[in-house]
Amino acid sequence: MSNTVRELAIEVAGLTKTYKSGDSTVEAVRGIDLRVEAGQTYGFLGPNGAGKSTTIEMLCTIRNPTAGSARVAGFDVVRERDQVRRRIGLVFQQQTLDLQLTAEQNLRFHADLYGLSRTDAERRIDEVLEMVALSDRRSDMVMKFSGGMKRRLEIARGLVHAPQVLFLDEPTIGLDPQTRAAIWDYLHDLRQRTEITVFVTTHYMDEAEHCDRIAIMDNGEIAVEDTPEALKSSIGTDRIALRTDDDELAIARIRELLGVEPGVHEGQVTIAVPEGAEVVPRLFTELGVHIRSVTVTRPSLDDVFLTYTGRTIRDSEGPQKSVPPFAAGRR
Amino acid sequence: MTTRDTAPVEVAAPIDLLPEVRSDMSHQLRATWVVTRRELLRFKQDKARMVTMLLQPLLFIFVMGTGLGSIVDTGGGTSFRTFLFPGVLATSVLFTAAFAGISLVWDREFGFLREMMVAPISRASIIWGKCLGGAIVATGQSLVLIALLGTVGIPYSPVLIVELIVCLFFGALLLTGLGVLLSTRIKTIQAAMPVSQLLIMPMMFLSGSLFPIAGLPAWLAVLTRLNPLTYVVQPMRHFTLDSLSLTAAEQERLLPVITWFGWPVPLGVQLLTVAAITLGLVSLAAKIFKTTE
Repeated sequence: MSNTVRELAIEVAGLTKTYKSGDSTVEAVRGIDLRVEAGQTYGFLGPNGAGKSTTIEMLCTIRNPTAGSARVAGFDVVRERDQVRRRIGLVFQQQTLDLQLTAEQNLRFHADLYGLSRTDAERRIDEVLEMVALSDRRSDMVMKFSGGMKRRLEIARGLVHAPQVLFLDEPTIGLDPQTRAAIWDYLHDLRQRTEITVFVTTHYMDEAEHCDRIAIMDNGEIAVEDTPEALKSSIGTDRIALRTDDDELAIARIRELLGVEPGVHEGQVTIAVPEGAEVVPRLFTELGVHIRSVTVTRPSLDDVFLTYTGRTIRDSEGPQKSVPPFAAGRR
Repeated sequence: MTTRDTAPVEVAAPIDLLPEVRSDMSHQLRATWVVTRRELLRFKQDKARMVTMLLQPLLFIFVMGTGLGSIVDTGGGTSFRTFLFPGVLATSVLFTAAFAGISLVWDREFGFLREMMVAPISRASIIWGKCLGGAIVATGQSLVLIALLGTVGIPYSPVLIVELIVCLFFGALLLTGLGVLLSTRIKTIQAAMPVSQLLIMPMMFLSGSLFPIAGLPAWLAVLTRLNPLTYVVQPMRHFTLDSLSLTAAEQERLLPVITWFGWPVPLGVQLLTVAAITLGLVSLAAKIFKTTE
């Protein structure tokens, strides 16, 4: 990372989208501001109906905003639509491959639509197939691919035209844990090798940990925006759980040492402190009781999500739970 | 505005997108051709579709044509199969082309439409590419049938073959245009099939592809003249039968002159009518597409 001021890959000011629904107007996005620095991986979270998809669609030039402005890769999403389109890669929640073409034909079609020259196209297709480990399946019909392979191919396709910003809408939804991990490996690999900015929505909180920064959207507004670490520390304290030879003595000593009131849960002494990891060494040196085990639990992003939206991410999936991920259109 | 031209996007493999170099028009034309080529590729890889689309016209010509031939009086020595041939040729294009146009509904359902919609190309390129692709596939397929001209006693004249191909292409483009127009309105696969059947069957019957349009009751005569496919079938039949020596009785029975309010419509005007309707349909489809998708 250079030490110069980073350029902004995404710059959003007062972005608003309202829909007419019968007599009433629905405010899907209520004047949000966002700034995403180039080269970052940016997580965009929120319950269903929060306005995430609408926001992404405006950033990707699929929908026009009602008010406000957005610049992506330096261009205005309304006035310079095609300039934006050439510089962004998109991976949708819904599958958008042509199943009746081969993997390579899908990529070539994409390269042609984005105006790549033949030599550029061939080189890029080789590279992206290599990256997602599908080189040996390039001549197979996409119809024969598993869900994970299709997803990998879609990510590869989103990268064919060397975009500056890659938008991924729920890239791992409906995939098994191994494939999810593999997809994040590709994304990490991509960031190592390129300057690309990745803008990703996800329902999996463990995946949000991969992001440099996170915004949580709720009711059409950005509820909070920060690094995952800062968000977690902002909502509370770490929990230390100890197993000791003499709990009574340990509790008394902890009161003296830290000035907090320990609890006992399931045979463990528990303490709530702001920076758990910093307290542990003191416990070992100053407690004077033999410690058999110690665990420090940090607040999770699930806790963060709950705090800012009043819902857990699982609750927020709500009624759409029974819909197969690829059939859930968001038109 | 700030661009990032100086900083390569990808360290390992920078790509110049050169958006300013390629003129917009040439990029859109290229995009149209890319969409067209996809239709051709898909068709080439779909052997089952190729075979089934060919079987139907063969059934019409050789089974129905032969079967009905014994009770149909052509007014001379021309066999009913010979009469039927150009009509069935036009009909074969009808099914393939209309299906190719309406396949936009499938593209939407399976998500691929989105891939095209977010690309830096115009909506019109997508629609025109879809239509051209469908029309080329449909015309190409009919070439197989043209190879069978001899089996119904029509000579393999190069001029006739070119004339037939031109007519078929016009007809095919008309029908893909119609299919695409429908698919801008129809959103589900379940609705697409019945609606296209509802459209294709009357168009087939009312074009005079299976019977001569001479001496029809007034209501039927009016309907045939309102059917744009009539102006594909009739020129094709003229070109085909003109290459044979018909008796005057046959001329009158098999090749009636189409009139609009008493004016005999020349073949060229008939084909121009088809072209104009096609242009109207495709432009309308592109316009609807632009505002609704």
